[in-house]
Amino acid sequence: MNNRQIKAKNANGHCGFHCIKIKNFGVTIGDTRILEDINLHIHCGELTAIIGKNGAGKTTLIRAILNEIKHEGTIEFKDIRNNTYPNLKIGYVPQYLNIAKNTPTSVYDLFASFISRVPVFLCKSKKAETKIREQLRKFEVEDLIDKPVCDLSGGQLQRVLLSVATLPTPNLLILDEPVSGIDRNGMELFYKNIDYLKKNDDLAIILVSHDLKFVEKYADRVVLLNQTIQKAGKPKEVFQSEAFLQTFGEDEQIGSND
Amino acid sequence: MSIIYEVLEKILPFTFMQYDFMKNALLAMLIITPLFGILGTMIVNNRMAFFSDALGHSAFTGIAIGVILGLTDTSISMVLFAVIFALLLNWIKRRNTVSTDTIISVFSSLGAAVGLVVLSKNGQFAKYSNLLVGDILSITAREIGLLFAIFIVTIVFWTTCFNSLHGMSINETLAKSKRIKTQLLDNCFAIIIALIIMLSIKWVGILIINALLILPAASSRNLASNMREYHRFSVEISLFSGILGLILSYYNNTATGPTIVIVAAAVFFLTLVAKPFVK
Repeated sequence: MNNRQIKAKNANGHCGFHCIKIKNFGVTIGDTRILEDINLHIHCGELTAIIGKNGAGKTTLIRAILNEIKHEGTIEFKDIRNNTYPNLKIGYVPQYLNIAKNTPTSVYDLFASFISRVPVFLCKSKKAETKIREQLRKFEVEDLIDKPVCDLSGGQLQRVLLSVATLPTPNLLILDEPVSGIDRNGMELFYKNIDYLKKNDDLAIILVSHDLKFVEKYADRVVLLNQTIQKAGKPKEVFQSEAFLQTFGEDEQIGSND
Repeated sequence: MSIIYEVLEKILPFTFMQYDFMKNALLAMLIITPLFGILGTMIVNNRMAFFSDALGHSAFTGIAIGVILGLTDTSISMVLFAVIFALLLNWIKRRNTVSTDTIISVFSSLGAAVGLVVLSKNGQFAKYSNLLVGDILSITAREIGLLFAIFIVTIVFWTTCFNSLHGMSINETLAKSKRIKTQLLDNCFAIIIALIIMLSIKWVGILIINALLILPAASSRNLASNMREYHRFSVEISLFSGILGLILSYYNNTATGPTIVIVAAAVFFLTLVAKPFVK
């Protein structure tokens, strides 16, 4: 990479000098081998989409990366410029929240619980509120700050969660996309937000997706998972591979999956 | 204590306030009900009603263990057993192999049954029967002090840990990604619930303690739209039901605990009716 390219990258917000290596990940729950031999290389400024059938181990892989379940293998986070290994900060957007209807948790309560020490049941913190407003504004959901979380639409909730996950800015952002509940427009907006993050912040993104159309349009790299990595590469490469056709079948090609 | 008594007599010039047992009961109410109101919010959010119910039932076994060991004060064995029981239930919940509701309900019945078998041996159960409905009028000044101590502990825990606890109840993986020590926190919460239930069970009664934990928070949910309102309404409703229930039980000569539950339930139905107009 020559100097001009580096400058161009810098102008985009990310440095290109961080890389995350997932080495030899494997997960066994009970007697079932759910994941094995997972080796992934993720760069900042790149969106890596993980696709696969139900039960292929996508969510398990995410939970292993978040260190929530026991797993083999390691994650290495390296700064190439000076060969150091800083602490990896991970942001996470869950597929759903554990919030029942009628729960009096407002968007402020949800957000402040993670970033403020002022107890949310006692009073609002002015400082936290300013910060939260500013962050919500980036994702065009500022006016929802006092709305109960359980009343948000799927798309609104998704963007609120995205704003929670990216404050403070993580090195790695992990998105677990919901299977249903978000309309076409909501999805389009969500992907635009992710694209904005990718271009403006210094972070790498892993996305578990069920929507191959969006994956083709926005992902830089695609990983086809089924217990182990079946195929990885640029979207086109993966979508035309033998493994892809075997997993999703001829009838489920791009453009006919909705 | 005598100063507090004098103050109470001054502010509340009712005939029933001339009795020390009523003053003690009122003081105990002023401590227990806000605690229940606060704690209830998270118990309802986390759908832990079964859990707190099982803890209440475990009191029988805790006391039975104390009797077997020949302790003069069986509350010690009761509290210790409840703490261990709570941590055990948490551990089972985390293993996540069987349906949690089912397994908790198994342990709940077992906890009650073992205790009842031991305590009822040789027809002795009558001695413990007031544990079922509780008797707040028999509380002493020393025991009020103990309640006040757990009140302070809970307030400190709530102000320092509530945000993390709330984050965890929303989504545990998300909380973990924000570096919240979920397991430790969950266990601390379980221990606090166990302590509060055990220290108040003699006064409120095993059969109704869960209703007092759940009802104020459940009513508050019908009116509140954020965490601040949720807590405020829950504490207010809990206090109101507790004090009104105490006074009604005095005039009607009924058991205090159940009277409070009836008031709390009435408030719950009122909030249910009011919900469409408030929210």
